[in-house]
Amino acid sequence: MPTVPLGWFVGVSAVLFFIGTAGVLMRRNAVVILMCVELMLNAANLALVAFSRRSASIDERGSVFVVFIFVIAAAEVAVGLAIILSAYRNQPTVDVDEMHRMKG
Amino acid sequence: MIGNVWLIPAFPLAAFLVCGLFGRRWLHRWTGVIASAAVGASAIVAIGVFLEVLGGKERTTVKLYEWIAVGDFRSNVAALVDPLSSVMLLVVTVVSFLIFVYSNGYMAHDHGVHRFFTWMSLFVFAMLILVMADNYLLMFVGWEGVGLCSYLLIGFWFERPEPYVAAKKAFVMNRIGDWGYTIGMITTFLVFGSMTFTDIFARMERDAPTQSVLTLITIAFFVGATGKSAQLPLYSWLPDAMEGPTPVSALIHAATMVTAGVYLVARSAPLYAAAGPSLVVVGTVGAVTAIFAATIALVQFDIKRVMAYSTVSQLGYMFLALGVGAPVAAIFHLATHAFFKALLFLGSGSVIHGLEGEQDMRKMGGLRRKMPITYWTMLLAGGALAALPPLAGFWSKDEIVGAAYTNGYPILWAVGIVTAVLTAFYVTRAMWMTFHGEPREHHLYEHAHESPSVMTLPLIALAVGTVTLGVAIGWPPDSGFIHTFLGPAVETPGAADHAVAVGTIVALALVSIAAGVLGILIGFAMYVRRRPDPVAVSRAFGWYYRALVNKYYVDELYDHRIVEAFRGLFGIAWAFDVHVIDGIANGIGWIAARSGGGLRRVQTGVVGNYALTIVAGLLVLLVAYGGYAAGVLGR
Repeated sequence: MPTVPLGWFVGVSAVLFFIGTAGVLMRRNAVVILMCVELMLNAANLALVAFSRRSASIDERGSVFVVFIFVIAAAEVAVGLAIILSAYRNQPTVDVDEMHRMKG
Repeated sequence: MIGNVWLIPAFPLAAFLVCGLFGRRWLHRWTGVIASAAVGASAIVAIGVFLEVLGGKERTTVKLYEWIAVGDFRSNVAALVDPLSSVMLLVVTVVSFLIFVYSNGYMAHDHGVHRFFTWMSLFVFAMLILVMADNYLLMFVGWEGVGLCSYLLIGFWFERPEPYVAAKKAFVMNRIGDWGYTIGMITTFLVFGSMTFTDIFARMERDAPTQSVLTLITIAFFVGATGKSAQLPLYSWLPDAMEGPTPVSALIHAATMVTAGVYLVARSAPLYAAAGPSLVVVGTVGAVTAIFAATIALVQFDIKRVMAYSTVSQLGYMFLALGVGAPVAAIFHLATHAFFKALLFLGSGSVIHGLEGEQDMRKMGGLRRKMPITYWTMLLAGGALAALPPLAGFWSKDEIVGAAYTNGYPILWAVGIVTAVLTAFYVTRAMWMTFHGEPREHHLYEHAHESPSVMTLPLIALAVGTVTLGVAIGWPPDSGFIHTFLGPAVETPGAADHAVAVGTIVALALVSIAAGVLGILIGFAMYVRRRPDPVAVSRAFGWYYRALVNKYYVDELYDHRIVEAFRGLFGIAWAFDVHVIDGIANGIGWIAARSGGGLRRVQTGVVGNYALTIVAGLLVLLVAYGGYAAGVLGR
C-alpha cells in the first residue's frame, strides 16, 4: 500500500494551524475564537500522530500525547464555554472587544 | 590584653552606631552616658595594653583581617602596638573620657546633644584607628575620619553662618594637606612596594632608597602634617574652628586630632632621619609657627581664640622638637599639652557656660570668687602652659628648647625662648582679664555661677595630670621614664647619644624658667599695675598692633592672592563638571527616558496585539531555523 509522505501531513497540519491562528487573531466572536483554538490544537495533534507513525520504534508516544491533548481540550472547551455563557449573562454580547466591562 | 587591642576602637564605634541610630528618637540625653561609658571602657583596655607593652612587649602587630589584596599588594586592617602607639592610645582615650564626662554637663541644654555624642564617638573611633594603624593606608582612613568629624563638629551649630563657614574652611585646608599625604603615601608605595611601617623600616635598615626620594616622601607627609596640625601656611582654619562647641575645641582642636601630624612625623622617624634637609624644614616651620601664633595670641580678646593660637604655637614647639632630632620630647610635650590644653579649654568652656555664652574677656573679670574650682584648675594649666616648674608643661617644653640648643640649633633655641616669654605673657593676660580685677560687666557677673560637678570633676582630674605628669614621666631629664620607654621606638638606632653636661642642662632650664617668669612679670606689670598701660602700649606699636589684631592679614592674603588667582581655573573646572560630567550622566538618563517613552506605546493592553506579536516572533524563529537548516543541508 503506498503510504502518504510525511510532508503532506506536516503541510496540512501547518495550514490548519495558521487558519486557527488567523481565526484567533482576527475574529471577534468569542465562540469562534474558542473553535479556532481547538483547530490549532488539532493541527498540533495531526503533526504529533504523523511523526509518531514515522518513528514507530518509540512506542506510539506521540499518539498517547494526542489523547492527553483531547482531554485537556475538552476541559478547556467546557470551561471556556462556561465563561462565555456567564459573560453573556452579565452583558448580552459575545464580541470580545465589547466585553471591556470586566476590566479592573 | 594586646590581643584584645581592637576592643579599644570597637567601644566608640558601637557607641557611634547606637547613638546615631537610636539617639534622636529614643535615647536623647542618654547618648552622653552611653558614649562616655564606651570611651571609659576603651580607656581601661588602653591602660591594660599600655601595661603589657611596659612589661616588655616591644612591638606587636595584631591583624584583624586582610583588607586589600591586589596582585602582590597586601594591605591589612592591623594594629601596630609599640611604645609610641600605646602612649598615644592612652592619651587619646583618657583625655577623651574626661572630656566626654564634661560634655554631659556642657551640652545638657542643647537640643542636638545626641548628634554631638554621635560625632564625638565617631571621632574617637577614627582617631584610634589613626593611632593604631600599622600601615599608611589604614592610617589615612583614620586621618580622613578625624577630618570629617572635625568638619561636622565645627559646624555643629549650623543654624548660624559662622560655624558653617568655619567648618568649610577647616575641611578645605585639611584637604590641601591631605593632598600632600596622598603624594607621600603613593610615593612610599612606589619606592618600597609596601605601606606597612614594619616593612618600610626593615627595608630602611637593609637598603635605603636615595636621599632625594626620601626627601620627597617626607616633605609630602609634612605637608599633610601642616594641614592636620595647623602649621604655617595651613594653620588659619584652627582659630576659626573655635566656632564649634568648647568640648570639641578641647578634644579635637587641642588635645588629639591636631597632634596627628606630630604623630605622623614621629611614626615616620626612620624616614625623616635619613632624609637630610626634611628635618630642618620641619624644625624651622615649627619654630616660625610657634612665634608667629604666639604673637597673634597676645592681642586676642576672645578667650577661646587665645587658646586656639596658643595651640598652634604649642604644636609648633612639637614640630620644632621633631626637627631638632628630639622625637621623644615632641611626644612628651604632646602628652602634657593634651592634658593642660584640654584643661584650659574646658576651663574656658566652664567660664563661657557660667556666663551664658559670653566669650569676650573684656566683659569678664573678677570671676575667681564666683568659680573657684574653674579658677584654680585653670591657674595650674596656665602655669603649665607658661612652663613653670614643677608643672607638666615645664618638663616637656624645657626639654624641647634644651634639645634645640644641645643638638646645635641655637637660632631655633632663641626662637623657642622668645616664644616662651610671649606664651607666659598672654596666659597671664588671659587669666587676669578673666578671673581677677573688678567685674567689668556687672550684669554678667551677677548671674555667673560655678559649673556643676559633672564638669568640675573632669577639670580636677585633668589638673592632677597637669601637675604630676611631667615629673612622673619626665624626671630625670633625658633619662626619665618616657625616654627609656619611647626612645627605642622613635629614635634612630645609631644616632649619636651625645652626653650633655649637667651644668648645661641646669643652665638651659634656668633660662627657660627665667623666660616664663619674665613673661608673667610683664603681664603683671601691664595688667595689674597698669604700668605701662596696655592701651598706651598698643598705641605705641601702632601699625604692628593693627597687624596683630588682624592676624597679620593672612586670611585676606589667602582670599585676595590665592583664592582670586585660582578662581578662573576653578570656573573652568566647574563648567567642565556641569556641562561635560553632568552632561554625560544626564544624557544617559535622557536616552533611557526617551527610549522608554517610545517603547511604552507597545504596551497597548489589547490581547489581540500581544497574540499577533507572539505569532510574528514564531514566524521569525521559523524562518531563521529554516534558513539555518537549508544551510546545513546544502553543505
